[in-house]
Amino acid sequence: MAASMWFGVLEQGLLWGVMVLGVYITFRVLNFPDLTVDGSFTLGAAVAARIIFEGYDPWLGTMLALFCGAAAGCITGFLNTRLRIAPLLSGILMMIALYSVNLRVMGGKSMLSLLRMDTIYTDVVGTGIPENLAAAVLGLGTVILTTYILYIFLQTELGMALRATGDNEQMICSLGVNTDTTKILGLALGNGLVALSGALVAQYQSYSDVGMGIGMIVVGLASVIVGEVIFGTSTLFRHLTAVVLGSIVYRAVIALVMRMGLPTTDLKLFTAVLVVLAMSSPLIKEKLGRLSRGKEGSQGAVNNKSYENI
Amino acid sequence: MLSITNLTKIFNPGSVNEKAALTGISLEVEPGDVVTVIGGNGAGKSTLLNMIAGVFPPDKGKIIIDGQRVEHLPEHVRASYIGRVFQDPMMGTAASMTIEENLAMALRRGARRRLRRGITNGDREFFREKLSLLGLGLENRLSTKVGLLSGGQRQALTLLMATLVPPKLLLLDEHTAALDPNTGQKVLELTEQFVKENNLTTLMVTHNMEDALRVGNRTIMMHDGKIILDLSGEKRKNTGITDLLEMFKKASGQTLANDRMLLAN
Repeated sequence: MAASMWFGVLEQGLLWGVMVLGVYITFRVLNFPDLTVDGSFTLGAAVAARIIFEGYDPWLGTMLALFCGAAAGCITGFLNTRLRIAPLLSGILMMIALYSVNLRVMGGKSMLSLLRMDTIYTDVVGTGIPENLAAAVLGLGTVILTTYILYIFLQTELGMALRATGDNEQMICSLGVNTDTTKILGLALGNGLVALSGALVAQYQSYSDVGMGIGMIVVGLASVIVGEVIFGTSTLFRHLTAVVLGSIVYRAVIALVMRMGLPTTDLKLFTAVLVVLAMSSPLIKEKLGRLSRGKEGSQGAVNNKSYENI
Repeated sequence: MLSITNLTKIFNPGSVNEKAALTGISLEVEPGDVVTVIGGNGAGKSTLLNMIAGVFPPDKGKIIIDGQRVEHLPEHVRASYIGRVFQDPMMGTAASMTIEENLAMALRRGARRRLRRGITNGDREFFREKLSLLGLGLENRLSTKVGLLSGGQRQALTLLMATLVPPKLLLLDEHTAALDPNTGQKVLELTEQFVKENNLTTLMVTHNMEDALRVGNRTIMMHDGKIILDLSGEKRKNTGITDLLEMFKKASGQTLANDRMLLAN
């Protein structure tokens, strides 16, 4: 019982880990609070499910999901850079618009079942991998490949321009980079990964649901922060690995609290509280430190790794 | 090298906050000229530099850099002509990235960013050699994140980045003002060294009258969006700080009563 629970944690951590890498790109690298994620996760699930439902190749559906997510990210980027709509609002608008789009993609139904249909997992089982390992193997493969590609990409000229756009826009602009382009590129990349994760998850649980992306941004954020706090961010490679591991840790925490009796319906509340605690932890630490030091020690500066800017 | 004709910029036109930042400025700068720019607060010095760099478009007027009309080109396109150092040492570098990554981005100034490795081993050799010129020991700390450096170190690095690919025009906006006097002096010495080595055409805004007269070969004074004084050659050599203050009073009808400027001497 316990062993199978931990195995499920690993599977989920890996499959949703692709989404967490996407959130890492927009939130951390690009420093863009992108709420499109809630819509693009479902978009990926919907596109893959519909393609499979219509009897086409599941790999085609999964790839198409990636591109549709990237397109959604491009539109958010367009709203923000060309139409000068604030980042938060651009994302919210896209998230709402995608809700209708996702319903259309699923043929007007709020749920599309993939029971007894061929998915990428059944394909993997066909190559001789045991059925109970299929999701873990595919998840692990996807996460390793994605992490590796991101690691290489973020060190290319273009990737460095992307990171600098999130760090110091004025500076990289004065070095000749069109920051509108890099923002659109980053949002496309991030949302493409989020949609890919949605496609993997839909096939994993054998259905896509129009509400499955609700709160996804908070889940992504929780995983990113938990990973950063536990595993550190000193180098690019470490940071990337940390957020993936953060995704697994997050799933483990969720599995534990549910085992302890937390109703499924309270999960989103729990996740939100978790993110609030993680984000305010520098401030809380500071206050606690001040209390324990008594009245004289009042000058401890807040650790500037606080998350106020997101 | 730089030719400005009738450049005009009015902020918030038609409102109570209307501010004529530049009122029909014309300026010719020859290749290799090093021009220092002085003037009181709100004189339009920073606006002039920002207009040349393309941070915002002019209302009227022409800007020509090396024979190219640039006044309607966006900032990132003009970047291939221009190297900049800002007043705030935090503004010229990306804190979360390493020294070598910052330098690599500067090395590609104005070039298309491609999907190829951002830093090669050859680049690293070149960076080490250039960093050793700063005399700060940064050549042994290529993979240190820039956020861990002091303000002076970051400003020296920004200066190196601005001149790593020699620009047609170097714009310095009070780039030593936020540093302590010793560090500021050191950064200024490096500036003079880099400018001389590459024969860079330079505009340097400063609030230090002594530096304004000592550095470079020409000094212009701005007031209320206009150039009210333009000194070069023999006349400049024979001008002292008190003369400069006197000239300001005569040209503008006001005293240049700015503590910061006087104390800086």
